[in-house]
Amino acid sequence: MNIVLIFLITIFSVSLFFYGKSKTKTISIKDNIKLNALPKFYGYYLVLWCSIPALVFLLVWSLFEPVIIKSIIIETAANQGAIFSDKNEANLIYEKIKAIHLGTYFGDIDSILRESALAYSKFINLFTNSKVVLIFAIIIASVIYSLKKIKNNNKARDDVEVILKGLLFVSSLIAILTTLGIIFSLLFESIKFFSVINVFDYLFGTNWSPQRAFVRDASSITAAEFEELKDAFGFIPLIAGTSFIAFIAMLVAVPIGLFSGIYMAEYASIKVRRISKPIIEILAGIPTVVYGFFAALTVGPFFRQVGENLGLTVSSESALAAGLIMGIMIIPYVSSLSDDVINSVPQSLRDGSYAVGATKSETIKQVVIPAALPGIIGSVLLAVSRAIGETMIVVMAAGLAANLTINPLESTTTITTQIVMILVGDQEFDSPKTQSAFALGLTLFIATLILNYIAQRAVKKYREKYD
Amino acid sequence: MTKEERLKKRHQAEKRFRFYGLTSIFVALLFVVILVQNIFSKGSSAFKKTVITTEVFFDQELLEIQNGASQEEIMEADFYDIMIENLIKAYPAKDRDEEDELLKLFSGDAEIEIKKAFLNDNNLIGKTITLDLTASDDIDQLHKGNYPRDLPEERRRISDFQLVIYDYFVENKKISKNFNNYFFNNGDSRDPELAGIGGALVGSFYSILICLLLAFPVAVLASIYLEEFAPKNKITDFIEININNLAAVPSIVYGLLALQILLATIQLPRSTPLVAGITLALMTLPRIIIPCRASLKAVPPSIREGALAVGASKFQSVFHHVVPLALPGTLSGTIIGLAQALGETAPLILIGMVAFVVDIPSSPVDPSSSLPVQVYLWSESAERGFVEKTSATIMMLLSFLIVMNFIAVYLRQKFEKRWN
Repeated sequence: MNIVLIFLITIFSVSLFFYGKSKTKTISIKDNIKLNALPKFYGYYLVLWCSIPALVFLLVWSLFEPVIIKSIIIETAANQGAIFSDKNEANLIYEKIKAIHLGTYFGDIDSILRESALAYSKFINLFTNSKVVLIFAIIIASVIYSLKKIKNNNKARDDVEVILKGLLFVSSLIAILTTLGIIFSLLFESIKFFSVINVFDYLFGTNWSPQRAFVRDASSITAAEFEELKDAFGFIPLIAGTSFIAFIAMLVAVPIGLFSGIYMAEYASIKVRRISKPIIEILAGIPTVVYGFFAALTVGPFFRQVGENLGLTVSSESALAAGLIMGIMIIPYVSSLSDDVINSVPQSLRDGSYAVGATKSETIKQVVIPAALPGIIGSVLLAVSRAIGETMIVVMAAGLAANLTINPLESTTTITTQIVMILVGDQEFDSPKTQSAFALGLTLFIATLILNYIAQRAVKKYREKYD
Repeated sequence: MTKEERLKKRHQAEKRFRFYGLTSIFVALLFVVILVQNIFSKGSSAFKKTVITTEVFFDQELLEIQNGASQEEIMEADFYDIMIENLIKAYPAKDRDEEDELLKLFSGDAEIEIKKAFLNDNNLIGKTITLDLTASDDIDQLHKGNYPRDLPEERRRISDFQLVIYDYFVENKKISKNFNNYFFNNGDSRDPELAGIGGALVGSFYSILICLLLAFPVAVLASIYLEEFAPKNKITDFIEININNLAAVPSIVYGLLALQILLATIQLPRSTPLVAGITLALMTLPRIIIPCRASLKAVPPSIREGALAVGASKFQSVFHHVVPLALPGTLSGTIIGLAQALGETAPLILIGMVAFVVDIPSSPVDPSSSLPVQVYLWSESAERGFVEKTSATIMMLLSFLIVMNFIAVYLRQKFEKRWN
């Protein structure tokens, strides 16, 4: 239905374009008046007025229609005597009603379901009909308005440009909408989560085992269950595991990245630079799932084998393997950024250092790096925020059980791993377990935001210093 | 310490420092080589499959259809008995147990393969033809040399007797390797020898297409606004801060956003390329806007001023002159953004693309998988055959990424104007 409507709107708009163009031409010839814009702008003007209001209306309508119909249907079903204790059961009944309407339901149909399905068909028809009627009303109204405007010989080009500028502005607002969407979707579920679990129990608890939170309905918890729940969502092991793996990754990425950045900025000939820089950047372009596969199937078992030969017990999901591979993935973030930062240190500082007899490496160590330090720290912080938000490597190569440890040969888990583990497959909405994933997401979002903010400030301050 | 000694020490330190730098680059490059080599050595065998050459006799009594039967009749006919009858003749087995072990050497699709042969030529009743039937995963891995024969029997998936049959096949040249068409045409399967990336390819294609259709226009319009029209005020600053922050938000957070808004609130269908495309578009948008703005910024003001001087409106100067000049940079930024989106896995897992989907999706609202998610799914499987399938999928994914990046570089080098 929507596709037919969009198609109709398009055809209508295109024909209006030609109508507007020829109409204004004939007006100008017949009445011998000078048009305020080229005829094609009158065409564009009509097209914009015909299509934009109708399409916006269609979009908004399509977004809200299913939600509204669902709440109406669930209410009618309840009025007819359907019994459901929570949202999941209500959803189930709604899906059944929908399936009956579509003729794809093969279970038993009782009178409540039949009546509700009839009501559903009725509402769907009502909504579809009113949608079509309203869209045509909108098109007619806006076309009448715009036709009147062009008959009055308006400044069509200016008007078109104003509308288009509005369109440009709206496009740039999508970034804000996305941010708002992220914040709301995370906050909404997190608030529900924190209404059951105390924020302090979450932040300072040392035990993470959400599988114990089997309670389906958050509103009717017994005291014993509550004690159990209180103890199941401790954030400390997750942040410990995340930081630990990120730390191992930085142990790999910072020296290698920094030294390659320095070498490329200060020593490498243009030819070496031109070849090696893109190859190192390949590391950032490889999908993380590929690293995860490599870490889980090659590096992990390899470390375990080596450990066995040395008489050590190495978990095949060791923090070391995940951290090492993550570090390699991050190398280009450190090297490219520090390369840029070092390049923007003014040559005069180096020349001064050479003039008093310093060697190249002494100049780098004692003049260039101190000068570039804020920028380098910024790039390292950006790399850290990459590391803690990285998902696939740790999902595939790190452990699942929360484990407070500082032994890199044991397995640990991370925030992102737990989010995936909780939400993969079928979830029960409204259970503290599902909501905890959103609380973790919120924590992750805030943490990366803070890191990025500091990093960007550092880099910006540094840039300003030498601009 | 004398002056000479000190100087010598300093020069040694200089050499050491250079050496560290060179080593670091070398280590990074070495890792690229190891990774690629590892994936290719594991994955290249997946493009071939092991087949067992078998003689098939179409017995009318078992088939119960005539020569020249119509398509529907053949589709409905039962080829099971024909399959059994012919497969057990592949090796002189002595009793039922031996026949069972023999049958296990063929893939689960042997019946369908025989049926397909009959569909191609419906005059085969009473005739004997030679067919290359796909071997089971165990035989496939054994024949490719990925499976150790020298383990004790109880730790092997292949019995001693099956090894005898295998050796018989090899001796009589009945076993060979063909191009693995299943890998490209089939959807997912529990049997490694039948599993393919057809469904994942189509799913990825739809997702990226939707991502392109949504993200590219919005990104270009937004960058034009911010670079050319936006007044310097708080709203503009706020938009810019938002875009920079969004580009750094971990991808899994976009998965949570999609789960809450697209699936729970708007109730779009789960596991579909439609939802994947929208999610990836939201994620890619800031990553495209940043290079788009850079390429608009690179167009010198003289171009705009020239247009304005001959009486163009601000809009005309932007859309007739600045945008076409910035287009190569814009396109290459978009392609690189799409390449990142193509390899993105975490948000797709959250929106349920990990479901086991056998059918190849026919539209963006069918449940589907995607290439990186398929890699994740297969890497969790225990069967040995999936290791080479996973590596081969990675090879496909990486080749797509390489092609996209080359196009991006080519566009930039060929069409972008240098302004100095």
